[in-house]
Parts: sequence; structure tokens; C-alpha cells
Amino acid sequence: MSTQLQRTETEGDESPQEQRLERKSLAEGEREAQRTEEESTGDETPHVHLKVFRYDPEVEAKREPRFDDFRVPAPQGTTVLDALMYARDEFDSTLTFRHSCRQAVCGSDALFINGSQRLGCQTQIQDLDQRPVRVEPLPHQEVEKDLVVDMEHFYDQMEAVEPYFQGETPDEEEQLQSRENREKVKMSTRCIWCGACQSSCNIAAGDNEYLGPAAINKAYRFAMDEREDDDIKKHRMNILEQEHGVWRCQTQFSCTEVCPKDIPLTEHIQEMKREAVKDNLKFW
Amino acid sequence: MSQSHNRGLIEDFGRWREFAPGMWAWIFHKFTGWVLIGYLFTHVAVLSTAISGPQLYTTTLRSLESLLLVRVLEVGLLAVATFHIMNGIRLLFIDLGVGLESQDKSFYASLVLTGAIAVASVPTFLSGAF
Ligand code: HEM
Ligand code: SF4
Ligand code: FES
Repeated sequence: MSTQLQRTETEGDESPQEQRLERKSLAEGEREAQRTEEESTGDETPHVHLKVFRYDPEVEAKREPRFDDFRVPAPQGTTVLDALMYARDEFDSTLTFRHSCRQAVCGSDALFINGSQRLGCQTQIQDLDQRPVRVEPLPHQEVEKDLVVDMEHFYDQMEAVEPYFQGETPDEEEQLQSRENREKVKMSTRCIWCGACQSSCNIAAGDNEYLGPAAINKAYRFAMDEREDDDIKKHRMNILEQEHGVWRCQTQFSCTEVCPKDIPLTEHIQEMKREAVKDNLKFW
Repeated sequence: MSQSHNRGLIEDFGRWREFAPGMWAWIFHKFTGWVLIGYLFTHVAVLSTAISGPQLYTTTLRSLESLLLVRVLEVGLLAVATFHIMNGIRLLFIDLGVGLESQDKSFYASLVLTGAIAVASVPTFLSGAF
């Protein structure tokens, strides 16, 4: 569940995105019923069994990756990140993972939890169906140590789309954006650079040069910003239209499904494809 | 940077069970597309027996149709073509940005329709095959 619920600032019917979020929270209600049955027996704190990926090239015994088991207390509201921190603080201080904000803002703790890319801090143990809870580093990235992966390539892809505003700033004036235009780019601005989407994408896994969902979404955020000039938009489209740009997307929707900020990534990629077509076909 | 661990292909293949509906749709679409191309060649080969006269064409077709395997494959071919068309239409809509929020449902609908049409075709394709 997102810590930030999407609310449209302008009136209107429910967007597809809102409907999707609604469905997500419905499924949650069902799991809740199942949980109270299985975990409230006895009055001691419920515990959870974690299976955590371990690897450390500098330690003989961990040079070959393995899974370690931890049994940690998981009272209601415990997140996977909480559980990992408990395991580190109480059992094994060498257990390594990135984290900072603990509130789905910094994007440090995207992990592969029970076979899906999620933020550790945003995933409550009780929302997971499968036991033991398997925690692995993000797939398709090299593992540095335990749950820490090399994010360099992801950051390179983000940089490649020039992820910064390039509009002219009028002297002593504010850069005002229209309400509608703000609404258009709103969801795309929420990216926290966690890399979950890139890790879930098969195309990105097979084609290292593919910009990937996060970078294309970032490009969307600026290309759709009306305060940037046409020249800059043209330049942005040139980046997106190259061989390893938008056209590599095969609409598998896995990025949209895993994004912890509920950004409609596939929708944005598809829109950039249509922009690219409009950019090149000039019948009008 | 120090040494890092590349988990390699095997481990990645193990994740295929986590595939989302959109990924299955993609795999099936690739598969069916290429099967259809394969069939196209067979199809042309069989039809071109007619160049050597109606006699050869008739005997070729008769003997093919007398094989149970061919009858079963015809049901499979219909299923493959139906799925490819259904999902192809789904993909065209997705390209237009229409119905993105029900992309999983439209995939399941393609599967169900394909199944239904394939089953409904069984009497036609297999009649007199036994
Ligand atoms: C009404 C009929 C058909 C429709 C609506 C249709 C639709 C499509 C669409 C939309 C794609 C592109 C998928 C994408 O976005 O990547 C595609 C790919 C393809 N189609 Fe079809 N198609 C039809 C018939 C056929 C036939 C008759 C054949 C073979 C003779 C065929 C062979 C293929 C192949 C080989 C691909 C590429 C698969 C790949 O990505 O490797 N299709 N089809
Ligand atoms: S688009 Fe979503 S999944 Fe991808 S990096 Fe940004 S927040 Fe993470
Ligand atoms: S710790 Fe910051 S996003 Fe999870």
C-alpha cells in the first residue's frame, strides 16, 4: 500500500489509476480476515521466519551465496525493513542492506521480497501471504554484498534522459505551471529512484542499453512540462526515440505492477511512443 | 569497486514463475506469431502441390486429412491463430492507450475465448477422424 494516496486536485470521474488503487485495497481486506485467523492464536508476540540472501566476497564462508534464516518478532505493523533491522541488531550485525527514511521516500530499500520487487519499509509482514518471507537483492543487478546491489547502471540510465528542468526562467518571475499541466505530470513526479521497475522489466534485463521505465517516466515528466521550450522537447524526444528508447517497451506492465509510488509507468511509456510517432509523421 | 556477484541466467530463469499477466501475454504472442509463420510455409508447400495437377493436390490433402495427428494439429492451429488475433487486437488497443487499466482482464478474456473457440471447433475438425 502506498503511504501517499493519490488524490486528483481537479474534479472528475475516477481515473483508471484510482480504480487500480481501489482494487489493491480491496484485496488487502481479504488478506486481513485470513490473518486474524492464523496469527492471533495465543497472546505472545507473533514471530516471522525470514529467509535472507547472503553474499560477501570478502568472507570465505559467504563467497558462495546462501540463505540465512532469522526468526524475529513481528507484531502488527512490522515491516520487512523493521524485521531486517531487528535481525541485524539482535542476531547478525554483518547483515547488510540499504535504508534511510523508512517511509517510502528515499528509495533505498527496494528488495526482492517473496518474488516481487517491493520497498522493505512499505511492505508489512502481515500483508505477505507466503512463509517464510524470502528477502533477496533486486534481480538483474549485480550483488555487492547481502541485499546491496550495484545501482550505477540504473543511475546512468536516469542521467541519460537529462532528469532536470530546462525551461527559461523569466527574470524575477515565478515559473508558473497551469493546473492542468501540473495534473498531467503529477504522478510522474513521484519517482523515488528505487529501481524496482527496472529490476522487474524483462526487456531491461535482456537489453542493458534500454532506458527502462523509470528513465522514460522521468523524461515524460519534463517532456510533458509545458514550461519547457519546443527545442528542448525535440531534444528530449530525440533521446527517447533512439533504438534503445521507448520502442523497446513490450507492454508487459510489470513495472507498473511493482512501482511503490503507483506511477502508471506503462501508460506514460505508451504516451511517449505516441508522441514519438506524432513527432515523425507529419501529415498535418 | 570490489568483487560483485553476478547471479547469472539460471537464477533469472527461476523467476519466470513470478511472471505477471502482461508477460505471459507477451510470451504467448511471440510464440503464436512464429508458429503462424511456420504454418505459412507448410501451407504454401501443401497448396503448391496443385502445380503438378489436381490429382496430386487431392491425394495429398486426402492423405493428410486422414492422419489423426493432422486433425489434432488443426485444432491447435486454430487456437494459436485465435489467440494471436485476440491478443493482437488487445495490443493494438494498448498501443492506442485504450483500456490500459484492464490489460490483465483483456488477456484473460483472450485466453478464455481462445479456449472456447478451440473446443467448439473440435467436432468440425475431428469428425470422421476415428
Ligand atoms: C488478424 C490477425 C492478426 C493480428 C491482429 C495480429 C497482430 C499482431 C500485433 C499487434 C503484433 C505486434 C505485437 C507487439 O506489439 O509487439 C504482432 C506480431 C506478430 N505477428 Fe501478428 N497479427 C495477426 C496475424 C498474424 C499472422 C497471420 C501471422 C503469421 C503469418 C502473424 C505473425 C506475427 C509475428 C511473427 C509477430 C512478431 C512476434 C514477435 O514479436 O516476435 N500475425 N501481431
Ligand atoms: S518509477 Fe516507481 S519503481 Fe521505478 S524507480 Fe521510480 S518509484 Fe521506483
Ligand atoms: S527506507 Fe527509504 S524508501 Fe524505504
